[in-house]
Amino acid sequence: MKITDINQLKTISKEIRRSILKQVYSANSGHLGGSLSIADILTVLYFNEMNVDEKNPKWENRDRLVLSKGHCSPALYATLAEKGYFSKEDLKTFRNINSNLQGHPDMNKVPGVEMTTGSLGQGLSVANGMAIVGKLDNKSYRVYCIVGDGEIEEGQIWEAAMSSNKYKLDNLCVIIDNNNLQIDGSIEEVKNSYPINEKFKSFGFEVVTIDGNNIEEIIKGLEKAKNTKGKPTAIIAKTVKGKGISFMENQVDWHGKAPNEEQYNIALQELN
Amino acid sequence: MNNEKKATRQSYGEALAQLGKENKKIVVLDADLSTATKTNIFAKEFPNRFFDIGIAEQDMISTAAGFATCGKIPYASTFAVFAAGRAYDQIRNSVAYPNLNVKICATHSGVTVGEDGATHQMIEDISLMRTLPNMKVMSVSDDVQTKWAVKEISKIDGPVYLRLSRLATPVLYDENKKFEIGKAVQIGEGTDCTIFATGITVAESLKAKEELKKQGINIRVVDIHTIKPIDEEIIIKCAKETKRLISVEDHNIIGGLGSAIAEVLTSKYPCKLERMGIKDVFGKSGKAEELMEYFEIDYKSIVKTILNNN
Repeated sequence: MKITDINQLKTISKEIRRSILKQVYSANSGHLGGSLSIADILTVLYFNEMNVDEKNPKWENRDRLVLSKGHCSPALYATLAEKGYFSKEDLKTFRNINSNLQGHPDMNKVPGVEMTTGSLGQGLSVANGMAIVGKLDNKSYRVYCIVGDGEIEEGQIWEAAMSSNKYKLDNLCVIIDNNNLQIDGSIEEVKNSYPINEKFKSFGFEVVTIDGNNIEEIIKGLEKAKNTKGKPTAIIAKTVKGKGISFMENQVDWHGKAPNEEQYNIALQELN
Repeated sequence: MNNEKKATRQSYGEALAQLGKENKKIVVLDADLSTATKTNIFAKEFPNRFFDIGIAEQDMISTAAGFATCGKIPYASTFAVFAAGRAYDQIRNSVAYPNLNVKICATHSGVTVGEDGATHQMIEDISLMRTLPNMKVMSVSDDVQTKWAVKEISKIDGPVYLRLSRLATPVLYDENKKFEIGKAVQIGEGTDCTIFATGITVAESLKAKEELKKQGINIRVVDIHTIKPIDEEIIIKCAKETKRLISVEDHNIIGGLGSAIAEVLTSKYPCKLERMGIKDVFGKSGKAEELMEYFEIDYKSIVKTILNNN
């Protein structure tokens, strides 16, 4: 069932943020910043946009999401659990020795995870493969791929972008989580992949730029992607790393660390 | 052995086109080398199921993984150095770890690539591929075996690395010969020495066997077409039955066939194994036959090794 009510979607995204925080706190490790930046995108994808069936995760005609920035697994797990693919209780086991919830997503362990990811730069190629099969077999499913703005420094992303264009994959939508921060600093400081929009445009994509933390804009962006024919779409989602927790927002050192108890309690309060 | 010569890459291309007729799930990817890897034969027959990903081997492997997640059986081909080398991380993380049904068929392995020289002579792919969990590794020796392997691996649900050669080599087996994945082929019953060979060195070993026979030395050749999982049984059997054990491969002596055999012997039946192969150096330009002689993996070198210490 698709949710169209914006407030309801906002409530879900807040719950997903809380789940992200709890996972990283209980595991005492994991990637908070980038998970929080894509929480709204995942909310819209799974609760408004994608044709999926959590009771039948391998349904042949389902829409598919490849989380190429696999380190943001807490956001994906939180979303899949919220959707009902598996129990929210499982989230407490994130990164534990006996858990299915690996540090980076494992498609063979977690229902709803479409592709094993973690080594950056590979997801768009995989999504291309899925989208090409859709075309080949005349299926109507769509394929979504979330990549990081730091991740697009990997050359393979651009190899893949050429393939998306070559095969005119209008059933493919790549979403660039443009939170402007990567481990060693800002995007400009480390390698400077800007202008991202012009790069994708010149690679043959329809390019849409949105506020990636705004539910209405995400819905509109995905709608535009769906209506684009004959070429793939790239949505540049301007996001805030650490979104929703004041002391984490736009702070590069919250890329991959867990909060202490005091920080956790403050953060949880802010998300209530 | 008859006089007909054919490169295993050619057999691969032909077998793939045949397989495409029998199984609609087969899709083929290449990275702008289809005329050399011979996937162009499939491409001509099934243009809709052939995907030239361009000079982008990493993209090719991950795209193949995407195909596999949707139930296709992708065969991805390029030169061994660009498959196992260039796209190693993609094979590791997008194919082997998720255990996806991707067949990586790599041509132009070893120094027998010839004139192109060291940059194109892959001598470490067996080593790299067999160390990956979930990955099966095959290295085929002739036309008949290659055609069998190309079809047989389509029946396995999981990743396979198939090592193929550029150089035309003799057809060794009768077309009705039966093979089994994980079961090596013993040729001859000689007890003076066992030569374990794989791929292109099988024919050389058989030539050596004939030469030695003239001198009253009776050896056997074991064609190890499946390097992982390796046939432990036949290795131990030959170790018990023959006086000497030699491995010979168009691959670095570190990590390849010889190493795989040594791993079996050390834990199951400790004895001496002499490893012939590329002695931890890079290759060089030259004719394939000259290079085999230079790097001492040709039949003359095998004969010499056996005579010298007999």
